[in-house]
Amino acid sequence: MKYLCLVYHEEGTLEALSKSEYDALVDEALAYKDELERGGRGISAHALQPVETAITLRVRNGNVSMTDGPFVETKEQLGGYYLIEATDLNDAIRLASKIPSSRLGGIEVRPVQELRPE
Amino acid sequence: MTRTQIDGAEPIAEEAMQKARAMVDSVYRSESRRVFATLIRLLGDFDTAEEAMQDAFAAAAEQWPQDGAPANPRAWLVSTGRFKAIDGMRRRARFDASLARLAEQIEEDTRATALTWEEEGVEDDRLRLIFICCHPALSPDARAALTLREVCGLTTEEIARAFLTSPTTVAQRIVRAKSKIRDAKIPYQSPEPADLPGRLDTVLHVIYLVFNEGYSASSGDSLTRADLSSEAIRLARLVRELLPEPEVLGLLALMLLHESRRAARASSDGDLILLEEQDRTLWDRDCIAEGAALVEQALRTRRFGSYTLQAAISAVHAEALSAAETDWAQIVGLYDVLARLEPSPVIRLNRAVAVAMRDGPEAGLALIDAILAQGELSDYYLAHSARAELCRRSGRIAEARASYERSLELTLQEPERRFLERRLANLSR
Repeated sequence: MKYLCLVYHEEGTLEALSKSEYDALVDEALAYKDELERGGRGISAHALQPVETAITLRVRNGNVSMTDGPFVETKEQLGGYYLIEATDLNDAIRLASKIPSSRLGGIEVRPVQELRPE
Repeated sequence: MTRTQIDGAEPIAEEAMQKARAMVDSVYRSESRRVFATLIRLLGDFDTAEEAMQDAFAAAAEQWPQDGAPANPRAWLVSTGRFKAIDGMRRRARFDASLARLAEQIEEDTRATALTWEEEGVEDDRLRLIFICCHPALSPDARAALTLREVCGLTTEEIARAFLTSPTTVAQRIVRAKSKIRDAKIPYQSPEPADLPGRLDTVLHVIYLVFNEGYSASSGDSLTRADLSSEAIRLARLVRELLPEPEVLGLLALMLLHESRRAARASSDGDLILLEEQDRTLWDRDCIAEGAALVEQALRTRRFGSYTLQAAISAVHAEALSAAETDWAQIVGLYDVLARLEPSPVIRLNRAVAVAMRDGPEAGLALIDAILAQGELSDYYLAHSARAELCRRSGRIAEARASYERSLELTLQEPERRFLERRLANLSR
């Protein structure tokens, strides 16, 4: 079963890291992504650019309307994601608990809904 | 090599690879829980063991189709899992220096055990796993969830469906239970002989809870969730294999005897059918034979307890070809022993019903009224429905109606509500 692990943190926390701390975090995140992929459990993982680059759009009556910023303004922002293959929710929690950013912010674990299950 | 040889060789290689892949799947189904149990002992932690096991199976899926399956797949998986775990810790030591020492220590500590790896040890590991999952320091809900996941291999989502709760609730229960085991440093050991009776009791209690969840849901409109019951029976068979104590036989017998009536205890509409009104030709004779033999075996040890006695009572019912032929005197006798062993108002209530069957409804009513007067069962719907039934049989229709109504107020389960409503409606005829 697929689970999406959404990494939330306050962008300020990341900005407050020193260069070496930040580099170490990136190294660790990339190493964990590799480890997940090697074990056949990582499907895709990416960090996102800061939330000010976000645009939220809606289509109503054929017209696209857009607003700057994320869908919902919250204290913590979506900073990246890991799409993983896990045996069950507890397996997904175990894998998500090793995402390095879980120590900075929080990880939301969501089972993927297959719209047309094979 | 000539062209024909290559053509001839390829389908064979393809077939061998398919066979190896199918073998990985079937080994996963039959061995993954054993491999996991041993890896916990070697690596000292649930999560590390789970990861190591998954890595070992991933390696098997890659290597077996190419190199052929090993002679002893289980041993291969355990040593591969151990190696992968140590290797993984060394890799992560770059970010967490303490892992390097841990990896070294595990490698040191387990070198001997991993090499002198024996069949016997594996079964001990499974028993250790059962005892730790049913540890008294954990809450009863957590024990059941952890046992079903770690020992039986059910997924969190399956457990949630069976217990009519959400996967997030079950997941948190399991995470908390594992933290508790880790923080309290609960050792991965079977109990000392002196603690065995108490600890075994907890294990049996978890198994019976799982069975009852499957046999009669505590709420909702599904009367039986057969998967949980068969999981409980499978678990009891496993414990019996590892630790053939009389009460283990007794519990297995009790569950088999209940299970034998599954097809007869509800109508096609899901309505409840009382034991005395069940079509006994629908009872599963193989289940009954196995259950009755286990009861005999447990009784012969003279070290039996309440599960064995309940099973013995169930066996007396099972052996009667019709409700009228039930040996009520023997059942009352068994309840007498049971009530001495475990003085509980529910057992006294059941005994009262048996007395009514042996001596007539008035005798039973007097006993039930005495139990209700003590107040302990005044909110127990079965006490009121039993009273209603005996009132009806002795022609006290108004009293019967009042008791059925009280019972109806107290029950949550849909099939039981419908049953009581039918009983009430029949009174008016």
